[in-house]
Amino acid sequence: MEEINNKKNSMHLGTYFEKYGMLLLLLVLFVICSLITPVFLKPGNLLNIARQISIIGIVSIGMTLVILTGGIDLSVGPILACGALLVAGLKEYGIVAAFVGPLIFGLCAGLLNGTVITKFKVQPFIVTLGAMSIYTGLGLTYSKGHPIIGTPEMLRFIGQGKVFGVIPFQAILFISVAIIIAIILKYTPFGRYTYAIGGNPEASKLSGINVDRVTIYIYGLSGLLAGFAGIIMATHLNVGEARLGTGMEMDAIAAAVIGGTSLKGGSGTIFGTVIGILVIGILSNLLNLINVPSYAQMIFKGLIIVVATVLQGLHDKKSV
Amino acid sequence: MSDILVMKNITKKFPGVTALNNVTFSCKKGEVHALMGENGAGKSTLIKLLSGASTPTSGEIFFEGKPLKAKTPHDVQDLGIAIIHQELNLVPNMNAVENIFLGREIKNGQFVNFKEMKKRSQEILRSLNIKINLEVPVRKLSVAQQQMIEIAKALSMDASFIIMDEPTASLTNNEIDALFEIVCSLKEKGVTIIFISHHLSEIFECADRVTVLKDGEYIGTKDIDEIDESSLIRMMVGRELSEIYPDISSVNKTPILEVKGLSRKGVLDNINFTANKGEVLGIAGLVGSGRTELARAIFGADKIDSGVIKIDGKEVTINQSIDAMKQGIGFVTEDRKSQGLILGLTIRENICISLLKSITNKAFVNKYKEKEIANRYIKSLKIATPSMEAKAVNLSGGNQQKVVLGKWLARECRIIILDEPTRGIDVGAKVEIYNLMRELSNNGTAVIMISSELPEIIGMSDRVLVMREGRINGELTHEEVTEEKILEYAMGGCN
Repeated sequence: MEEINNKKNSMHLGTYFEKYGMLLLLLVLFVICSLITPVFLKPGNLLNIARQISIIGIVSIGMTLVILTGGIDLSVGPILACGALLVAGLKEYGIVAAFVGPLIFGLCAGLLNGTVITKFKVQPFIVTLGAMSIYTGLGLTYSKGHPIIGTPEMLRFIGQGKVFGVIPFQAILFISVAIIIAIILKYTPFGRYTYAIGGNPEASKLSGINVDRVTIYIYGLSGLLAGFAGIIMATHLNVGEARLGTGMEMDAIAAAVIGGTSLKGGSGTIFGTVIGILVIGILSNLLNLINVPSYAQMIFKGLIIVVATVLQGLHDKKSV
Repeated sequence: MSDILVMKNITKKFPGVTALNNVTFSCKKGEVHALMGENGAGKSTLIKLLSGASTPTSGEIFFEGKPLKAKTPHDVQDLGIAIIHQELNLVPNMNAVENIFLGREIKNGQFVNFKEMKKRSQEILRSLNIKINLEVPVRKLSVAQQQMIEIAKALSMDASFIIMDEPTASLTNNEIDALFEIVCSLKEKGVTIIFISHHLSEIFECADRVTVLKDGEYIGTKDIDEIDESSLIRMMVGRELSEIYPDISSVNKTPILEVKGLSRKGVLDNINFTANKGEVLGIAGLVGSGRTELARAIFGADKIDSGVIKIDGKEVTINQSIDAMKQGIGFVTEDRKSQGLILGLTIRENICISLLKSITNKAFVNKYKEKEIANRYIKSLKIATPSMEAKAVNLSGGNQQKVVLGKWLARECRIIILDEPTRGIDVGAKVEIYNLMRELSNNGTAVIMISSELPEIIGMSDRVLVMREGRINGELTHEEVTEEKILEYAMGGCN
């Protein structure tokens, strides 16, 4: 009996590490930052970080879903950019068009990715790599390569608004999306299927899960969230531009991976991704505060991705 | 003969578990020594100590009279010890020659000398009387051929001591025979072999001595001549052979599943049969005869070209697995790790994955119901686990199989197809699975069992269908079935 109890405890400890190891890293980073520069802890700075990570945060959540199924979505950046262009481009058709247009575009683009991946059995990397170029080209063609300036005034609160005069509305949107998606993942059959498909597509199919349909929806969601992030971006900057999302897919993948999502699929959490994006956000904030040039910042960002992943690998080994 | 390997008073503790308790094991030079025991008996732990992958908590290991100090697989190789794991370690896209010499390529200056490597490979394979296409990537070869490449690899390292961990687990009967011939020829060459297996008959065919472990304890070592199957089973499980298979039922049988003219090009050819409520219908045949394909076709996992499936006398359309499930069909797949389970998910999640939609409450999964269902099947199937939240990957083979069964039982299937339900699981768990199958059939479920193990087919089935080359080549009742008759139909005899 005692043995069984022991086993239980050690198992709990293992999952504890798995769940909160990155949180620990975040806390350490937090403490280091506040020691290095007193400006870091000022509410204004913290709220600024919250705003800076919101757009990429929403994209990362979509990316996490895709990675959980064992896939990857390289086309989120261009989808975001097209979304931003549509907000600006559709403004004369009214705010409903300017708001719903980007969402529909993102959703359809994602569903299309998912459909090609599942129906023609092409690797997600290849399909979304192609899609990345296609959607960039679409955006450039639509805007003739120029920025489209001006977004509907009534939508600007999305990107620029502050609740109670201080909290960026973007950040509230990000947290809400994170909570909703986390609940879906944890408590609905759809969420369970997402993990199952990433863990073992064949077993999932033979358990009666419509693997193709769930996969298509997941890519749809990723596209939808990228489109939504595009609305925030456009209303924040008050401009739409075809290259706004460049490189964003890499940041989103990095956030998911730092947060403990396995690129093999089947394991990871939204909570982890939120931690991951916070790690990236806080680090770049620190580097800005201590005046590290932006070229050198890239070196640090790259290092943190690798270091965080190595650290995770270490506990994975320990817990086995 | 002298002892080449002595493992003395070995104890191995993991946090909370004593995997080996004061086990003593020795191997004579040039013998085939079978190591037996149920899953979890400690066989693999014992072998890991030899591979350098782990060290004992206490106890000593001597190899050729000297203490074994190997720390890495490479050290072990240098001592002439080769371990052939159950999961083969070949690079699928390389050919046999490249695999045999992987990491130890024969070089001509700085370049790989393919000619010499091929020549040496051919010599080794010839000495074992094996014919294998050396040009194609090994993924295109059968599992048995891949295993033979592993053996050739061991010999190419001049291994004098080979450990085979359940080498027959995924082989057909013919392939197993071929493997035994190789084991015999290795023995003639003076190679010492430790042979781990669940299959009793194999032990008697090739081993000189047998050592039995149970729950991490040493039970005993016997010369093969002084022991018979039933006493060996008693050593392993404390149970008699006659108690393995439950009684055949005599429940009144009515047809539930009728298959007519089922065909799939190149795989299934005009299959006709009926499965009745309350019976165990065995499907025998060689691997590749279309048994699994038939199951997959009925379950909607593969498309069919023509044919009719009737359930309770009514024709049903099955295009995908979910359609079959709605008709009350369940399918326990042959390979539980790659097709049955989602290893990263918990026992609870695996058991409930197929019925989540029926236990939702306003779009959310009802956790309370889910736990109740998981708990019910963990109890009734006696799944050994500290918690329903344990991941499937951490369970033993027998318990994993029970989880897959639990998944279908939770759906209350009326027809359940089991493909090789006891492959790779120990005798104790096998008996439990047999009893469960019989209990299901006694309660009116139609149980269809595909198996390559003839004693299992004969012991369990009320009726046996024998398949050959995509056809049903014969049908035998429980009274008339014998191994010879099954083989006759499986190898080519006709009605």
